[in-house]
Amino acid sequence: MSIGSIPFKFKVSIDPDRCMSCGRCVENCSYGVFKKEGDDIRINSRNCVACHRCLAFCPRDAIDIEEKPNDYRSHPLWTREVREAIFNQAKTGKIILAGMGNAKPYPVIFDRLVLDACQVTNPSIDPLREPMELRTYIGKKPSSLKLKQLPDGEVELITKLTPNLQIETPIMIGHMSYGAISLNAQIALAKAVSRIGTFMGTGEGGLHESLYPYQKNMIVQVASGRFGVDINYLERGAAIEIKIGQGAKPGIGGHLPGEKVCADVSCTRMIPEGSDAISPAPHHDIYSIEDLKQLVRGLKEATEWKKPVFVKIAAVHNSAAIAAGIARSSADAVVIDGFRGGTGAAPRVFRDHVGIPVEAAVASVDAKLRQQGIRNEVSIIASGGIRESADVAKIICLGADAVYIGTSALVAMGCRVCGTCYQGNCAWGIATQKPELVRRLDPETNSVQVENLIHGWTLELAELMGAAGINSIESLRGNRDRLRGYMLDEGLMEVLDVKTVGA
Amino acid sequence: MPGNVRTPCALAVGVCQKDYYALHVFFDNIRENKTAIDILLEKWGTIVHDEQIKTYEQPNIRKVHTPWRYFFRPDRSLMPKSTTPDEDIVTHLVMKVNAEKNGALIFSSGKNLWVFKAAGWPEDVANFYRIEDYKGYLWLAHNRYPTNTSGWWGGAHPFNLLNWSVVHNGEITSYGTNRRYIESFGYKCTMYTDTEVVAYLVDLLVRKHGLSEKLAVRALAPPFWEEIDRMPPKEQELNRAIRLTYGPALMNGPFAICVANENALVGFTDRIKLRPLVSGESGDRLYISSEEAAIRTIDPDVENITMPKAGEPVIGRVYS
Repeated sequence: MSIGSIPFKFKVSIDPDRCMSCGRCVENCSYGVFKKEGDDIRINSRNCVACHRCLAFCPRDAIDIEEKPNDYRSHPLWTREVREAIFNQAKTGKIILAGMGNAKPYPVIFDRLVLDACQVTNPSIDPLREPMELRTYIGKKPSSLKLKQLPDGEVELITKLTPNLQIETPIMIGHMSYGAISLNAQIALAKAVSRIGTFMGTGEGGLHESLYPYQKNMIVQVASGRFGVDINYLERGAAIEIKIGQGAKPGIGGHLPGEKVCADVSCTRMIPEGSDAISPAPHHDIYSIEDLKQLVRGLKEATEWKKPVFVKIAAVHNSAAIAAGIARSSADAVVIDGFRGGTGAAPRVFRDHVGIPVEAAVASVDAKLRQQGIRNEVSIIASGGIRESADVAKIICLGADAVYIGTSALVAMGCRVCGTCYQGNCAWGIATQKPELVRRLDPETNSVQVENLIHGWTLELAELMGAAGINSIESLRGNRDRLRGYMLDEGLMEVLDVKTVGA
Repeated sequence: MPGNVRTPCALAVGVCQKDYYALHVFFDNIRENKTAIDILLEKWGTIVHDEQIKTYEQPNIRKVHTPWRYFFRPDRSLMPKSTTPDEDIVTHLVMKVNAEKNGALIFSSGKNLWVFKAAGWPEDVANFYRIEDYKGYLWLAHNRYPTNTSGWWGGAHPFNLLNWSVVHNGEITSYGTNRRYIESFGYKCTMYTDTEVVAYLVDLLVRKHGLSEKLAVRALAPPFWEEIDRMPPKEQELNRAIRLTYGPALMNGPFAICVANENALVGFTDRIKLRPLVSGESGDRLYISSEEAAIRTIDPDVENITMPKAGEPVIGRVYS
């Protein structure tokens, strides 16, 4: 091969003074970096993905992992990533696959927005002393109420409310399918959401029997492959989500390689064992907004209008108009998945170059729905790159009702964001179906970690609201006056409808 | 200090004025700005009469605007689809003129209701308009310590739309949400202050959506979920529906507010009562104020001084 080998991504070394040759690194590494030879441990750095499993389980802190040990001649245009992608494609002639979210150094809008707090003219509210309401209802709300005055002075409500999901914190867990992640990972997430009183998505992988006990906290997904969808599945979910697109790969479908379709996955997905699970780019029964309306109403009809139906789209240039169409389709919520959203596997070119940030998309969707007087028709769920409670507060200020988190929840279970989920070798037992790896993830302890994370964020949100003199999350929602842009350009501030710091 | 006066059939000019909308306008320059308003009003109805509002020079008030009064009759045929065409025309005119900021600002637009305001000490403003010359059965008055916006004539309370007038002590931390909500119904917030949004919200909830004053207050300062969860089923359903429907109208932050129209005076505070509110009675007269001392200054014989609970309205009704 004329290109030869390319430099290591990571260089692994073991400090011989600290190492006691216990071999834990050898056992833990699922990528074949370490090999025991007699008393020595041999290292093959080329296989390392920096998932840190060895580091985390080395009892003597003997392992060091260094990123990019060999330099290329630096060049601002011909970066290392660009050159390596060309080497890769020159060798294979294929589409490059990648995992996790967008890896380009685009500026992060969240990090250029700052929140407000009260001083003197109005008091901040102490969440330890005063009630702080984070309860959120996801679903359609009436735009006005029909009431009847009764002779005894009482008022009777004529308007009938449509079903909403009630959550005590505006944080839910997004759709990660059984297949993309392991069953143990799904069970850990399910235990966490059922204890917190929030919801998680099944992804397009069906609902495994062992998740039935948590079904009242599950949102079942109907995507273009229709894997795992039957009436039993629809009826078990608390809500149904139609997935049109995903922030990590807008405009294209999905592909679960046959190797990952084990007996169990084949049962929940309702496909033959070992066959590739291909979700087409569009739904083949949805070629227009009218078709979407039919599916929304069809799913409602099938479940006797008892369940909210969400529609998830990737954040793209025209999200606002698309969301307005969805709001008129009888859907109860629109999920906007930003271009930083994670994924098990996506073509690198899509992951890094297609779609827009969730901050801008949510701001324009909320504004458009208000302009058209249909904001109450749908809830807005934001996802894609929500990393901390401040991001939750900021996206709610920009108009979201609630968020989905994905990567954050995985990180709470040990994920190091190494970005090699598509290899199916996840040493943490998350993005893999290999029984020996899946076993590493204990659903119970991991569920506590996920629960802790959401609980911690919820406490921080309450503190942020109290500091802003707000004791009910409705008053934070769309309250862009409580945000300021720091070093954001004028055009973006106009889209976000925020002022600059100091203004 | 602004005053808000209701006067039945005062200042007769050949017709009974309470049948027409009284539009009070601040002109920056009468020669430059008035013609445009005359033309606009004539497009949407008839100016029955107009006059300069009488003022009396005060040493401490610089007359930066000329207050003007129009008696106006809207042409209903121009708002064919509306169930309340008169109100919709007047609302449209107020929003249009105030958003354009062309040296004219409509600060009073009710029937049988007049707002007076200026920037200055309360007694000076009262003397500027010789407020004692007017008779009314329901008064709102307000004295402000300017914070977010410096004192300017348009920014003085009460804020008025049609027959709704609002005075407010506090700061609405949910203003950004409330403003965007109310603007989606065609109202425009133009006064650089949070209070005006209350007048528009009340107009939306009561006039357009048909809520009673009591339920409107319930929407603006609703009970906590914890209380709602403990209510009997029917009440729970109603309160949940109000919160779900009117979440964006919920007002947060410290406030005490009085809202009045021709039939009622409603006082209420924020949900945790971060601003004081007291009421008192004297015969068939109701007082609502931030401070008991203010009521006692006006009426030393006042009785039944009470302090309403957070979010609970005090409602006084006019019986004729």
